[in-house]
Formats: sequence, structure tokens, C-alpha cells
Amino acid sequence: MLTELEKQIIRELQQGLPLVVRPYLALAKKLSLSEDELMAKINEMITSGLIRRFGAAMHHQKLGYTANAMVVWDVPDELAADTGRLLAGMAEVTHCYQRSRQSGWPYNLFTVIHGQTQEQCEELAAVMAEKIGIPNYMLLFSTTELKKSSMQYFVD
Amino acid sequence: MSVEQTDKQLLHLIQSNFPVVPRPFAEIGKQLGISEQEVLKRIARLQQKGIIRRLGALFDSRKVGYTGTLCALQVAEADIDRVASIVNSYPGITHNYLRNHHYNMWFTLLAPSEQHIKEILTEIKQKTGLTDILILPAINIFKVRVNFNLSEVQHAD
Repeated sequence: MLTELEKQIIRELQQGLPLVVRPYLALAKKLSLSEDELMAKINEMITSGLIRRFGAAMHHQKLGYTANAMVVWDVPDELAADTGRLLAGMAEVTHCYQRSRQSGWPYNLFTVIHGQTQEQCEELAAVMAEKIGIPNYMLLFSTTELKKSSMQYFVD
Repeated sequence: MSVEQTDKQLLHLIQSNFPVVPRPFAEIGKQLGISEQEVLKRIARLQQKGIIRRLGALFDSRKVGYTGTLCALQVAEADIDRVASIVNSYPGITHNYLRNHHYNMWFTLLAPSEQHIKEILTEIKQKTGLTDILILPAINIFKVRVNFNLSEVQHAD
């Protein structure tokens, strides 16, 4: 369970760091902590993995990564964990999840790859398929971004 | 949108492992050979352009105590705006994309409990009138990382 202080720190950090010379001091004042205490707490959260990434969240499409493909795989259940780890080891794969199947939906491994063109993504998926020996896959390209936001925790 | 070389290096540096030191922007400036003020100015500009969404922390939703799922709906072309406005109205739905499949609307949902997830999905079904929904919670997470090698970006416009 998170402490009330940790929840407060999460609420502040998810708003983003203020663009001032001493951003941690500015946040620490709001939280009635010293700058050192706040920095120690942030380091602790990074070490424990509570903070997954500390830095700038970007709009990749504005950077020229225009094609984002979700590649879904139908992998025998007993191979799913090993195959998932293999795919996760590839630099081009940014996300790799195993999900439950549903009727009408046979795919159980989900990877996200980013490329500059759809063709690049298709070539990459073919390489991945070869590597893991799974022929049953499908690429779903995002055609429109309807929403992309950062989660706000503990606000209701 | 053109992103020039120093900005690319800056983005590459600050996309993860942002320094936790009293004057982090000075630290970044040192690595890039530019001043602290210059770093602040460039980050502010990249935020204004929308290239940087936010400079801060990305949390592990499960460790924070939240739970989540990926969902997909089949939505008729003419109905997309109406359904998107319903789906997007939930703060826990952080990503929503149209994709080229008959399940064409794909969104992620985060909430404090399974119960909240169920309630929100029930509401969405009621409000949209759509009942065919794929609910695909993660069983195993092998990788979640969005770090790009920005030096590979060739056509940044």
C-alpha cells in the first residue's frame, strides 16, 4: 500500500516538473518536504519500479515515427511465455503482452512496433515471425489517434 | 515539423533517466554543451510544439495499485465520432486508436479496481448501444518501454 505522502508525490509528478532552475525545490515546497527528502523519495520510487520512466513523454508521430503497428500473434499457450520473452528482447518492440483469448479472437501475444512506414513495419513483423517460428499473426495499424493522454492517479 | 540536431540530442537525453539533482537542467546543459537557460528554453518550446507531452514520471500502474485492460469495439464508420466522445470521456481511458480491422476502435482502460473496470465497460455498452466488445486484460507483461533512438529519425516533419 502506498502512503499518503507517496500518493501526494505521484499527484505532483504526474503533472510534470515545473520548468524552473530548481524544479525539485519548487515541488518539495508544495509537499512540505525538503528538496533532499523529495529527491530521495523519487530515487526510491525509481529503484522500486513504481516510477517506470522518469523523463519526457513525447508525441512520437511528430518525430517521424508515423506507422505504429500492433502485431498480434496466435501462439500455443505452452510457448507463450518463451515467445513473449524472445519478442521482448527485440529492440524494435516497445510493448509485449500476453492477453487472454476470446471467442472470435484467437490472438494471445500482443506486440507494438514503431516504424517510419507501414512497409517497414510489415518487413519487421516478417522477420519477427521467422525468428519465433509463428506464422499466425496480423498487423493492425493505427489510422487515427483518437486519444493519447497520461494517466492521472488518485484524482477522484 | 523539423526537429534540429540539438533538440534531437536533448530529447534523447531527457526521455528517460532525467537527472534527480538540485539543478537538473544545468546537468543536461553540461552534457550538451549549452547553458541551463538554453535547456529550459528548448524544453519549453518543444512542449509548446506538442513534441514533448509532459516532462515527469510515468508510473507502473500495477504498482500504483491500479488495474487495466485493452478493449476493442466494432464501430460503424458514421458512428465513430459519437462513440469516441463517449469512450474518451473517461479519464482512465488514456489511449484510443482507430485500427484497420473490423474491431476498429482500440482503447486502454485503467482504474483502481476490477469492479471499476466492469462498471465503466457496462456504462460504455449502455451509452453507445454497442455490445460486441473484446476485453483483453494482460496475463503477462514482457516489455513496456517507449525509448526511441532519435538519431535514426530521418524525416522529422
